[in-house]
Formats: sequence, C-alpha cells, structure tokens
Amino acid sequence: MAAERTAVIGVGQTKYAAARRDTSMAGLLREAAYRALEMAEKTWSDIDAVIIGKAPDFFEGVMMPEIYLAEALGAVGKPIMRVHTAGSVGGSTGCVAASMVQSRIHRCVLTIGWEKQSESNAMWALSLPQPFATSINAGAGGYFSPIIRRYMMMTGAPELIGCMVAHKDRRQALLNPYAHLHQHDLTFEQVVDSPMLWDPIRYSETCPSSDGACAMVLVDEAGGEQHPGPVAWVHGTAMRTESNSYGGRNMVSPAASEQCADDVFAQAGIVDRRDEIDAVEMYVPFSWYEPMWLESLGFASMGEGWRMVESGATELDGGDLPVNCSGGVLSSNPIGASGMIRFAEAALQVMGAAGDHQVDGARRAVGHAYGGGAQYFAMWVVGSEKL
Amino acid sequence: MIDVAVVAFAQRQEAAISGESEVEFMVPLMEQAKAAVGLTQSDMGFTCSGSSDFLAGQAFSFVMTIDGTGPVPPISESHVEQDGAWALYEAWVKIQCGGIDTAFVYGYGKSSPGSLRDVLATQMDPYYVCPLWPDSYAVEALAARLMLEGGHVSEHRLAEIAARSRASAASNPHAVRTESKSVAEILAEDYAVDPLRPSDLPAEADGGCAVVLAAGDRARELCERPAWIRGMDHRSDAHTLGVRDLTSSASARLAAHYAAAAGDKVDLAELHGPFTTSEHLLIEALGLDEDSTAINPSGGALAAHTMMASGLIRIGEAASRIWRGDGDRAVAHATSGPCLQQNLVCVLEGD
Amino acid sequence: MSVDRAEARDPLAAPAALAAPVTLPPALAGAEPVESVCTPIRMTYTYTPGRALSRYLRAMADKRILGERCPATGQVFVPPRGVSPLAGTAISEVVELPDTGYVDSFNITRVPIERRPDLKPPYCSAWIVLDGASAGFLGLVINIAPEEVRIGMRLRAVWKPAEELETSAANILGWAPTGEPDEVITDYERIGRIEADPT
Repeated sequence: MAAERTAVIGVGQTKYAAARRDTSMAGLLREAAYRALEMAEKTWSDIDAVIIGKAPDFFEGVMMPEIYLAEALGAVGKPIMRVHTAGSVGGSTGCVAASMVQSRIHRCVLTIGWEKQSESNAMWALSLPQPFATSINAGAGGYFSPIIRRYMMMTGAPELIGCMVAHKDRRQALLNPYAHLHQHDLTFEQVVDSPMLWDPIRYSETCPSSDGACAMVLVDEAGGEQHPGPVAWVHGTAMRTESNSYGGRNMVSPAASEQCADDVFAQAGIVDRRDEIDAVEMYVPFSWYEPMWLESLGFASMGEGWRMVESGATELDGGDLPVNCSGGVLSSNPIGASGMIRFAEAALQVMGAAGDHQVDGARRAVGHAYGGGAQYFAMWVVGSEKL
Repeated sequence: MIDVAVVAFAQRQEAAISGESEVEFMVPLMEQAKAAVGLTQSDMGFTCSGSSDFLAGQAFSFVMTIDGTGPVPPISESHVEQDGAWALYEAWVKIQCGGIDTAFVYGYGKSSPGSLRDVLATQMDPYYVCPLWPDSYAVEALAARLMLEGGHVSEHRLAEIAARSRASAASNPHAVRTESKSVAEILAEDYAVDPLRPSDLPAEADGGCAVVLAAGDRARELCERPAWIRGMDHRSDAHTLGVRDLTSSASARLAAHYAAAAGDKVDLAELHGPFTTSEHLLIEALGLDEDSTAINPSGGALAAHTMMASGLIRIGEAASRIWRGDGDRAVAHATSGPCLQQNLVCVLEGD
Repeated sequence: MSVDRAEARDPLAAPAALAAPVTLPPALAGAEPVESVCTPIRMTYTYTPGRALSRYLRAMADKRILGERCPATGQVFVPPRGVSPLAGTAISEVVELPDTGYVDSFNITRVPIERRPDLKPPYCSAWIVLDGASAGFLGLVINIAPEEVRIGMRLRAVWKPAEELETSAANILGWAPTGEPDEVITDYERIGRIEADPT
C-alpha cells in the first residue's frame, strides 16, 4: 500500500530576533502555531497530534520541553512527540510529522520547531565543561572552517565566493518580514571587510543567534483537496545519518548528504535536479556551504558549485535556481527551527505564498537541513501539484 | 495497517554503570539484538533512538552513541528526546508508510553521574515550578497523598504492589531491587518521602536496550513466534499538576482506548510505573484484571528504573514473553513526565 | 487567487487569537508587569570517561598516545571511543601511535573564546592525522605564525614538562611543525578527501 499523499496547508512563523523578551517559550510557539492554523483555516480541535523539534534542551534549560508545553500546544488528550537530531532537527521534525500522515495514523498534524536561545546561554550549553577533552575549537565556526578551507583548496574557488553568498542572502532577507537580520545598507565591500572570525570565515559570512518558532499544518490527501487556500504537496522526505569520524570520510560532501539527496529526488521523480527544481531552501549557516551543498545535492557537478554562485544562478533576481530567497540561516537562526523554516519556506514557494521573496511560478522546491559534524541530514521536496 | 512485530530485544540495567561510556555499554546490546535475528545494520530500513542530554549532562549526547550502530555507510535514522518507547512508535509509523520492513530501535540512560531527582525538576514549568526545585519524588508524593486521603488506594495496597514487584524481580537478572520483602515488612519501613516508603520508590538504574522490528513475512522469517503490535497509541495530560486529577490517569486511559487494549483477555502487562502509586493508577486506567493478568512479571520499573529506556524495556519484556509462549496477548506501557503525564500503550499478540 | 489570500494578511500582525489585549483584574491595575525571571540552574555531574578513554588518558600520563584498531576494517581511531563506527562493534585491539602526524586542514581563530584566556587570537586549530591513524582530530598548532600553517604540514606533539604530566589530554600543549617535507597530497579528484602519498 502506497503512503498517503500529504499536504502542507498552513505555515506560521514568528518574527525572528536576537531576543524575544516580549513572550515566554510557550507564547513564542503559540505565535507560530496560530499563524499556521489561521493559514490552514483550522483550529486546535482539528489537530490530531503535535510533533515538535528543537536543538539541545540546554539551550533553554528545560528538560524534555514537550512535557511543559502540553497545554500551550493544545496537546492535552493528544499525542505529542519531540524530535532531536542536532542542527537538522527542524527538517527531521517535518519528516516525522509527514510520516504521521503518510502512514494514515493521523489526518491532521501540527508541527513546530523552535529555539529561544535568549532564555539560556548557548555558548554555555554547547561548551559544558568536559573534563576529558580540551576546548579549542570555539564552536561550530572552528569546526567547519577547516572543511571550508579544504573545499576552497580543492576547487580553487575565488576567495570572495562566500561573501557573494552572504551578501545575496542578506539582501534577500530584506524581502522577508520575519527575517532576523535586515541590513538595509549592507554593501558587498562591507561583507568583505568584516572581521575574520574563524579564518577563512568572516563575521558577515556567519549566521546570527536567534529566537523564533516555525510551524506547519500537514493533512492527508482529502484534507489537501478540500483546503480552499494554497497547498504544498509532499513529494518526498528523507533522513540520513553517518559517523562524523572515520578514515576516508568526505567531509565536504558527506556520503549521508549525497544519499539523502538521491533518495528524496528519486521519491519525487526528479531526474534533472537543476532543471526541475524551481527554488531551494538549504541550510547554510556559513556562506561557503551554499556552493558546497549545491554540489553535494547534485545541482552542480563536483567542484563547480561556486560557479553557480559567481554567475548569479542562485539569486532570486534572475537566477535559474534561486537559493534561500527567505534570507536563509545566514539571516535568521533559531537553531531548532532553522531546518523547519527551510522546509516551510520551500512549501510557501510552491504555494505561491512567499510574498515579496516569491519565485515566479515555482512548482517544485527543496527544503534541506543538516547537523552535527555535517553528519545528520533531512530533506524534502514539495510541489504545487500532487505527485 | 501493516503488521509489525517485535522480533528481537536485548537489555542491560544496573544500579550504576560507572566504568563504561554510554556507547560502550550500548554496543554489545545493539549487536546482541541484531545477531538474535541474524541482521546487520545495513539490513535495517530505519533506525530510531531515545535518550536525554540532561541525563548525560552534555549537549548533543546522542551523537556520541550513534557510532555504535555502525552508521557507515549512512543510515536512515532519527532520534527522539523521549523514552525509547517513543522511538519505537516513530519506527512503527515509518514502517506503516511502506517501503521498508525492518527497523532498529534503542533507548538508554545513565542517570548516575547526576542527581536524577534534581535533574527532573528541570522538566517542570520553567517559570512557575522549576525555580522551586521540586524533588521529583516529592511531586509523586503529592499525588500519593491525594490518593491515600481520598480513599483511592490504601498503604496496604501499595505495599502489596511493592512486594509483588520484588517477588517477580527475583527471577529477572536485569532487575536491581530483587530482595523479597513481605507486605508487613514493607509497611514497617519508615517513610522516605512521606507518604511514600522506600519500597514505593523506583530502584534507579543505568542502562539501555535495543529492539528489532520487522513487518509481515519478514517477521515470520526472523522469529518463530513474532510479538505482533496490534495497537499502539500515546497521549498526554496537562502538565500543570493543579489542573489535572492526580488520582487517575486520563491519558493512559485514552491511549489504552486508541490502542484497543481492552477486549480480549490480557495475559500479561508490563507497566512503566516508577512508583507503586503509578502502577496502581495504571492498572485501573488500562482496565486490567489482576486475577487474570500477570502484572509486571519482570518486576517492572519499580525493580529497575532506567530513565529513557524503561518504557522500551517494558515492550521488550512483554514481547519476550510472547516469544516464549508465556502468554498470547500482552499490554506494554511507557510513561514520561511527572505523575504519569504522558502515556504510551502497545498491545502485543502472538499468532 | 490563492496568492491574493496569502497577501491579504499582514505577516507581522498578531494572530487573531493573540490580538486581544490582556485584561487585568482591578486589583492589579497599575502593577508593574513582570517580563522575565532569572532562574539559575546548577547541576553537578560526576563523569566517568569509560573504558577506552580511561586507557587513553592513563597512557597520556606516560606521554604515550593510544588508539584502537577496528577488527573488521583495520582502521585506526584516535582518540579511541571503544567502538568502530564502520562495523558497529566494540573494539578491543589497542595500538600505540607516534606523536607525529600532519595537518589535514586548519582554522585560524581570530576572536577570543570563553574559558580559554590562555589562547590569544589569532591561533590555529587543525584537523591532525597521526601517522598510522585513519582519521583526524582537532588540535592546536603552535610554535608557528598561524598564517604559515599549510595543509600537509608535518607536526609533532609538544608535551608538558614531565613533572606536570597527569591523566589528561591537556598534557599535549599543542602540535609544532617538525620541518620535514610536507605530506604529499595526491588525490584532488574526490573533493574533500586528501590522501597522503603512500610512498
């Protein structure tokens, strides 16, 4: 028996900001949830189950927060689950939520990813004292910088490709009212001149730390057909995980990334990825990951991803494969929501509901997330038509 | 609905596993469960696990354990920050989507490095309750007092539950609290967290378990008598203790209803009741008849309580008894949160 | 038509259900709203390193570096974790590795990091592959200006003085260039994977 066709009928996002001190954790989630319910034209009573995801509990200091959030998320008397797969979690949560409908277990599911980093101290949460290791790498930047350096060396990519990505995403963020960073006057030169943090990564090539939540309402085929508003049909979902350390591991384009992409595009019946996909929301916390993922996801051949960036192919304005029209992780990064925002923004594109950052006529879009030491991957393909 | 069965199970529980890291003690269990049905990681259509950073005292702690599965080449995998029973639920749902016929599930927790009763305070409402640092046993004692003073249960009844757990645990090599005690001896214990006595409290343990699921004919190939999952559901109650009736478990009742636990005779039940009071409420909520149903033949969570794995262990214990022919129909249960806030019910049957 | 529906909403307007202002009982009129609470969380954990790491740390006190060999593939891992990610099995074979290796790739941190005031930016951290190991780990490159670090550069551990050695990874202060010829990187085909010259 084939899986039940599944549709996204509602997307809700909060305004992303460094600190949302105006609301509690529960309030933040409800803001996103209500917006998703409004778009879906549903109420809490229509929801069969709630699937939530976020990054480490230490980020807010609340252990297993689905317990505390049960009332706020309308989950009393209902199933509620909590996914955690490192940075990919928002995407994985979307995949798990979709599986609840695809399996015909539920007909209407609310899913929410969030982070409220301002409630705790992310630096503390990520660097709890470990008595057996020495701390030298200064967070994710120190981990990913050598991988980026390797990519630059292997491909001979011009040094400023990363700055081009960062400048593009920050400009595209101006078209997204929910984006955290709205740097109206940011020039390319300012990106280039921004201080090196984790050489070769500049300050302006890194993601911010944000508070925020993103929610989606997913329904079965009948629900998608009956919905009077725009609908995004799920054409495929995939998750892959691998070890972050073994001999011969390709750290630039991990096997888990390539296999996850192969799986999701096969499910969606996509043959020519660059030609058939109209918009991509990919997880780019450091600018260089755009060309790296373009190659790993098969939109460019190996070593050529940077040429797509250089040619403007990934720009909303005039590109043939616009990437991160929302501004991406480089403009908003509530970690546990960041993957779900990618999935949700892909859905908005094929719904024709992305507002000022809409790709004209987008019919098929990809949402992508990764986490851990580039070892956890979650992806989906959504389309404006049923597959 | 696709028929899915539990076909392999391995566990380890000890009062404290201090000499081994989580991945070190989990790898033999993972290998044992897969070997029991002659599968390797590459045979698994999906993998899902449950664990908690707050137990490990480390962010992204599950990343340290994933290597134990042998995720090279990459695996289709997910993780819940919940008891492994919810990981099993996610894997069961994944199999229902079609396209795969096996799944590997594990759950583990090592609470001995921290003070579990304090750590669990961080599960409570972060604005109104956690700042008071309520002891997790004291929270259950609130429910116990309501139950006792409301006439919902007697201390004698709680002592009977504790005595039964100890007696059953004597034959379970994985149980931590196995010395037998009579009801009179238990009633003679001083209160630990009034009105709960030491025997009413869980024997906290470190450990974990691994489970293999298989669908349809694959399950029959792998296992002589698969333990078929006939129904599974999970529900939550409100978190705020003051708004719910702590003398019953509405969400356990709902989960049992949707899992279709009632109906035919239940030969045995493995209930994740960390306290005697919770076991009592669960027997009521699940509509179990103690004359015809063996309750917690393993000794249950009172005899060994491994955070993040105890629920999944209940499913494994119930399935093992179906394989052995100890029963034809079993109910397994997992819980999460203070005072049985969240409950999962899984109905297992042999052919 | 569906586009009109979406555009009709002000994306930043409060959801209708949350739009109504909160009304307070008269008794609370004029009360100063509480917008945040600070709840310090302090939890104490007593870690145990596990079997593999214990062996590794004890050897460190003798200025020895212990790795492990995967029984299925022969790959050597350091620091050891007790398991092989390639086989999903426990590892029991311990191998001693030299304190020399090469830079697989590197990062130059140019901002100070918390709790390591001893690390003065800029400093270089690198993926270091020990001779005989199959995969790298992150370590500090010292005794050289960060700008002069190269991929392939050969390194040797710089240990604390003998009297300061303890069962700790901190016994290695960092990794310094040996001055030997660089590791020859031959495989540029497979991006991200650089293999040392087998000769």
